[in-house]
Amino acid sequence: MSKVINLKRGFNIRLKGEAEKNLGTSTDTDKVALKPTDFPGLVPKLLVKAGQVVKAGEPIFFDKYNSEVFFTAPTSGEVLEINRGERRKVLEVIIKADGKNESVSFPKSDPKNLSAEEIKEQLLKSGLWSFIKQRPYGSLAKPSQTPKHIFVSCFDSAPLAPDYEFVFNGQTALLQTGVNALAKLTGGKVHLGIRPEQTNGVFSGLKNVEINQFSGAHPAGNVGIQIHQISPINKGEVVWTITPQGLIYIGKLFETGKVDFTKIVALTGSEVKSPKYIKTYHGANLENILKGATQKAGSERIISGNVLTGTKVPADNYLGFFDSQITVIPEGDEYEFMGWADPGFNKFSPGSTFFGKLFPKKAYTLNANLHGGERAFVLSGQYEKYVPMDILPVYLLKAILANDIDKMEQLGIYEIIEEDLALCEYACTSKVKVQEIVRQGLDLMMKELG
Amino acid sequence: MKFIQKFFEDTKPYVQKGAKYHWLHSVHDGMFTLFFVQKNTSKSGSHIHDYIDLKRTMGIVVLALIPALLMGMYNTGYQHFAAIGELANTNFWEVFFYGFLRVVPFILVSYIVGLGIEFVFAQMRGHEIQEGFLVSGMLIPLIMPINTPLWMVAISTAFAVVFVKEVFGGTGMNIWNPALVARAFLFFAYPSQMSGDSVWVSLGGQKAIDGFSGATPMAQAAAGHPNIDIWNSFIGLIPGSIGETSTLAILIGAVILIMTGIGSWKIIFSTFAGGAVMGLILTAFAGNNAYMALPFWEHFIIGGFAFGAVFMATDPVSGTQTERGKWIYGFLIGILAILIRVVNPAYPEGMMLAILLMNTFAPLIDHYIVEGSIKKRLKRAKVNA
Repeated sequence: MSKVINLKRGFNIRLKGEAEKNLGTSTDTDKVALKPTDFPGLVPKLLVKAGQVVKAGEPIFFDKYNSEVFFTAPTSGEVLEINRGERRKVLEVIIKADGKNESVSFPKSDPKNLSAEEIKEQLLKSGLWSFIKQRPYGSLAKPSQTPKHIFVSCFDSAPLAPDYEFVFNGQTALLQTGVNALAKLTGGKVHLGIRPEQTNGVFSGLKNVEINQFSGAHPAGNVGIQIHQISPINKGEVVWTITPQGLIYIGKLFETGKVDFTKIVALTGSEVKSPKYIKTYHGANLENILKGATQKAGSERIISGNVLTGTKVPADNYLGFFDSQITVIPEGDEYEFMGWADPGFNKFSPGSTFFGKLFPKKAYTLNANLHGGERAFVLSGQYEKYVPMDILPVYLLKAILANDIDKMEQLGIYEIIEEDLALCEYACTSKVKVQEIVRQGLDLMMKELG
Repeated sequence: MKFIQKFFEDTKPYVQKGAKYHWLHSVHDGMFTLFFVQKNTSKSGSHIHDYIDLKRTMGIVVLALIPALLMGMYNTGYQHFAAIGELANTNFWEVFFYGFLRVVPFILVSYIVGLGIEFVFAQMRGHEIQEGFLVSGMLIPLIMPINTPLWMVAISTAFAVVFVKEVFGGTGMNIWNPALVARAFLFFAYPSQMSGDSVWVSLGGQKAIDGFSGATPMAQAAAGHPNIDIWNSFIGLIPGSIGETSTLAILIGAVILIMTGIGSWKIIFSTFAGGAVMGLILTAFAGNNAYMALPFWEHFIIGGFAFGAVFMATDPVSGTQTERGKWIYGFLIGILAILIRVVNPAYPEGMMLAILLMNTFAPLIDHYIVEGSIKKRLKRAKVNA
């Protein structure tokens, strides 16, 4: 097995509310939604109307700029409504599930015997292409391109993240089929990133892949960090990334000829009464999942995803397309008297200015309060500690703020997306909106350079 | 605490835009945020944020300055009673209290003038009050000679805040360390009040005893007869600027800054390293020049070297911002400070000028570090292509 890449920079935020490793009884999913807003740069063109009956895998909309890429229904049922926001932007397409989860039929075949074109066609038609992202920019992969490599991170190091060994237990065969399909689409390799502890796990036995081991704190599990360590992206290069969940869906498609968008999701966070894993669909309605599951409704923040990169959603909203975690933390919208001068015996912090550092606890409840006012960049050397990449984060952010495309390119914008600098935003003394700035830079690059 | 919160919440509508007391908005906001960390929650990006903010960061620097301040107060009294020959008849608290009364007006003037200007600028720009001056306001008194007239403290503070900080855009944007510029302003505008033998010891209108000189150890060394009482220099019982005399108190501050990670240990360490290297070089070529022959570590306990290295050079805004740059920056400050001190007798204290000079060059150092990173990335692209 390959040698272990030891990442020294990073930080684990010890939050309360880790999911217990047993699969709770599955709640009925009455509604699911597809949210075009989960894809940066996507302009959806709708193919369905309210009232139409669809099967899982039937196209709902396609991307205006990538017209072959279809986004398909996560389960069978009836299109209930199409919610629009400002300037009639499509926010979500909601499908009322009929509970049968019937799928459109696709040809069943071993990807090893198929050509790259045939595989592409099947993925595009079934909607599974939408699970493949590209770097740079973290946007939808373009079917016309051939990536240098394909990367899959097989562990999630984010706070309270689901344990992939538990979630994908026993599904090695499906993963293998998924890998075989994708391996045909790249001129390079399919790279998997695992932890040294996973060497006897679900992923370590996979063939037709290159397995890389990473040890270290978050963001070691971010695929962007792994790419940087193995084969950093230079100007003009494209690599693709996919989650293990995406591999499973693809594996199922080729093995059964059907799409099955069920997945296991971790319900986590300090405000969840009994954090656990649940089986549901991607895009599932959170209302049923959260009903009675949280401490006190109203004063909490519900996040589709993890606390660093997730999306704040109302309780009756839907799980994000790529999210396999729901986190509920206190909102924390209250004043704290002289909080800045508190010795902080009970406060958890990555820095060393609170006495809590001397009396560490196993896990902490953190809320969504900013804990201070927004300021200009004042301190230096703070961000580097959380980015295990050969990159100067503050200079890159300043280049983005200055809209200086040349500098952004020179300082490595192609190598990052928001999640890779999310820890900097958490730790920032000046409360700089790091991820918003990064997205602004990526959007500008996409617009100017395509 | 509820009633304070209620007071600020109730008065908030009156200072909003268009309301009668809008001109007090920045004051209201400044006081409210001082008493209460606000209830604002994350709107985008990361949902959780660390408890640290700029107020705490600056608060810790002020805390680290307290030992130097207390020792400065005591030393002011000590020098006074020593000069008038009454030291033996005075107890500890009388000594301290004399210094306390002499130093507090400095602090008041510096904060009132500086914060006053900050409030006005924040109001004009519609900003929140920024915390940078909490530290500058404490640094300015500590680097003044005790006999500096208060009006000079006031105008130098005003000059520093307006022309060194606000014209560049406020906290986080300045090129030079504002407190040092305040000192430099007085040094060049009123040299007779900033150097010589009569400015360091507060006589308080009383007559000095025969044989009293009032010269600092550094002035004596510059004149060619170093006469350093090592123990007193380390403890801080020598004439000098208010806060810079006690190396011991400064070391306590350094420990606080390094332990909390607020001050860069790289800069502190490399500044001392640079000073040591230059000291050794000078000693090697000293011949019969007594000042050049001074052992390098004696340089650290006289004058403002230690104070500058720990509290001035580590200013994150005016110093270098890349990690590798910090080594170079600190090292050059150390080299230049000792060089200016010994070789150029027109400027008895080299530390102030060395740091201001390196503040000027910090962006250049960073520029080359950033260029290095860019070149590395380009090279990687070429190898792969």
